[in-house]
Amino acid sequence: MKNQILSGNEAVALGAFQAGVKVASAYPGTPSTEILQNFATYKDVYAEWAPNEKVALEVAIGSAMTGVRTLFTTKHVGLNVAADPLMTLAYTGIPGGLLIVCADDPGMHSSQNEQDNRFYAKFAKIPMLEPSDSQEAMEMVEEGLLLSEKYDCPTMLRMTTRVCHSKSIVQIDAGNQAAIPVAEGFKRDLKKFVMIPAFAKLRHPLVLEREAKLEDITETTAFNRIEWNDNKIGIITSGITYQYVSEIMPDASILKLGMTFPLPKKKIKEFADKVDRLFVVEELEPYIEDEIRIMGLAVEGKAFFPKLDELSPDVVADGFAEAGVLPYDLPPVQEIAPGGDMPRPPLLCAGCPHRGLLYSLNKMKAIVHGDIGCSTLSVLPPLQSIDSTLCMGASISMAHGTVKAMAGLEDKRPVFAALGDSTFFHSGITSLMDVIYNKGNVNVVIMDNRITAMTGGQQNPGTGHTLQMEETYAVDIIEIVRALGCRRARETDPFDMEGTMAALKEEIAHDGPSVLVTKRPCVQLFRQDPLAVRTVDTDACIGCKRCLKLGCPSISQGDIIPDEANKKERRYSNIDAATCYGCALCEQVCTSNAIVYVAQ
Amino acid sequence: MTRENTKKTVNVLVVGTGGQGVITASEILSDVAMRSGFDAKKSEIHGMSQRGGVVTSHVRYSENVASPIIMEGEADILLSFELSETLRWLHFLRPSGRVITSLQKIIPPAVYAGMGSYPEEAQTVIKQRITDPIFVDALPMAEELGNPRLVNTILLGIASAMLDLPVDTWEAVIVERVPPKFTELNLVAFDRGRDIT
Repeated sequence: MKNQILSGNEAVALGAFQAGVKVASAYPGTPSTEILQNFATYKDVYAEWAPNEKVALEVAIGSAMTGVRTLFTTKHVGLNVAADPLMTLAYTGIPGGLLIVCADDPGMHSSQNEQDNRFYAKFAKIPMLEPSDSQEAMEMVEEGLLLSEKYDCPTMLRMTTRVCHSKSIVQIDAGNQAAIPVAEGFKRDLKKFVMIPAFAKLRHPLVLEREAKLEDITETTAFNRIEWNDNKIGIITSGITYQYVSEIMPDASILKLGMTFPLPKKKIKEFADKVDRLFVVEELEPYIEDEIRIMGLAVEGKAFFPKLDELSPDVVADGFAEAGVLPYDLPPVQEIAPGGDMPRPPLLCAGCPHRGLLYSLNKMKAIVHGDIGCSTLSVLPPLQSIDSTLCMGASISMAHGTVKAMAGLEDKRPVFAALGDSTFFHSGITSLMDVIYNKGNVNVVIMDNRITAMTGGQQNPGTGHTLQMEETYAVDIIEIVRALGCRRARETDPFDMEGTMAALKEEIAHDGPSVLVTKRPCVQLFRQDPLAVRTVDTDACIGCKRCLKLGCPSISQGDIIPDEANKKERRYSNIDAATCYGCALCEQVCTSNAIVYVAQ
Repeated sequence: MTRENTKKTVNVLVVGTGGQGVITASEILSDVAMRSGFDAKKSEIHGMSQRGGVVTSHVRYSENVASPIIMEGEADILLSFELSETLRWLHFLRPSGRVITSLQKIIPPAVYAGMGSYPEEAQTVIKQRITDPIFVDALPMAEELGNPRLVNTILLGIASAMLDLPVDTWEAVIVERVPPKFTELNLVAFDRGRDIT
């Protein structure tokens, strides 16, 4: 037995390896990304980045059909993309254990919405487990695979950001490994795997039978347990919220749910009957609370604990205080210190190749449909380059809709779609096909930075490397674009501001769809080149702030420029030599030739 | 009646901006706590914070830790890599809590876009609210020692002097975590930090 401090994601990867998972597929997405990154490092496993979550789940299904234990991981919104295979997979089932790890992001730390994916388990009628810490995350991987195999359906392991990214101690016992079933290979079973209506009609009743069996399991599983204490207050909770409740209400009785679909109704009733006042504390939607209410039991929850944002010990304490049952006084709320509210939004990195394009786009007075990825960071001042961000690949299709709808309107602004390479591979290709097929007129810009950047730099079909760093074919974006029928397609260097501006203007002037690929690798892939670092020549700088409009984290304002007449106070621009990557965009926007090489 | 800290949980909030080393520092601290026989938990937010945004990492240890997140008003130590970030999280400290802050200022470009101003009075505000804050000009100190990345180890050195965790465990974890050629330098930086208190 060995103790190790692991994140929830690391624990899932370890659990999957120890449980004999052989195949894993996913698309990167915060907060789930590190699961596959870690899993890929184990010996004799196959792990891949798929172009999107739908593909990844289908790969996983094909694998599990052979009886091999398989892992699919996704962030919450990724499961929307994979919902199509999921809903029918729930009918077919699979002989091999298939674990769907879904990482929700309450609080939207790095997401476009905070949907509650527990409803997917209920929707698909598949068992769902929810860990409260890394130890449980590891244990639930094996339990989930066993349930999957026993009940012929995938199991969902639902995590949240605070479980994925919190570290806690895990006891690792390599000697105590359960038997891994031997895969029997692919067996033809037409009525099970071919979901024509006639066969699907045969499967649906089995889904309902399975749900009834799972209802028995959830009553007896050790993951649903009652911690009896004072019975005046009873609290039902799951996931990370269990930790907050234990911290805040140490004297209350707790029904800790680790299996949350199906819910253990008998156990809930037994618990409810023995406590004076029953609460449910859960993040986001009243998923558990509503079910309990349908059972006809008196329960309180969302009246005191918000549906918005992630919960925290503070929010849980406030809720119980409002309910009048907090056994101690909360300390007076301390105000945030004066000056402690300065905004510090995340930014495009110094040297980011997106900056040249986004700065230029801003000058085009165009409508710009943006997409998911680092480029969303350009929505804030000073760049403010995009008008929308919805979901992966939506920029192209939304731009197409906008163009079609604007026909005949007074507004003649050009319409752009701007998205990254990985986003294009994920869901942009079919959108572009739609534009060409339906004679659209969208100016598409694919910001090809040769990596999946926002999630921390993962390989993708364009990089020439797999997740496990084997060399592979690198998809040529221009070739795809031309094959889709978009004849006007070319590359440009986003560090060449003049060239980029000119290219954008040409595309606006051109009547018809076009694709411009701004090609430059992500700055995170490089070390700084000291010879490329720029500095400000204070003899030439007039403090016009043009360079500051780039929103580069390396550029700041320095000393006051000595004043000749009674002019308004101006300051020298200043470039931080420690962080400048020498992209030279500032040099190109400077009209006073005040930005020069440090080395000169 | 107020909430009692019956389990004597130690709460350290490590803060700074993306890329400064906040996560590494909290990794080291939680590892030291675990190896010293405690239950330890650590929580932070990845993702957007990597792009120069606000980064916080919560570290808690005791015999048995439930929540990985520290409650407002219950942090024992606020360990900060950037001066204005110290202000942002000051309300997390207990009345008896300690501040260790680097004097480094990182002015966000948002300020130049007119979205706010840098709190120039930060040190004064901190002194008004907190007893014996430790201000350390860690970046020049680290550069003088030979590497700006040593800020991390200097700050941990200061924190270590306030925390009841064995020095040799600290040193063992640091040695494991840094590249071999920087071992000596990091141990010197750690000692330099310990000497400050």
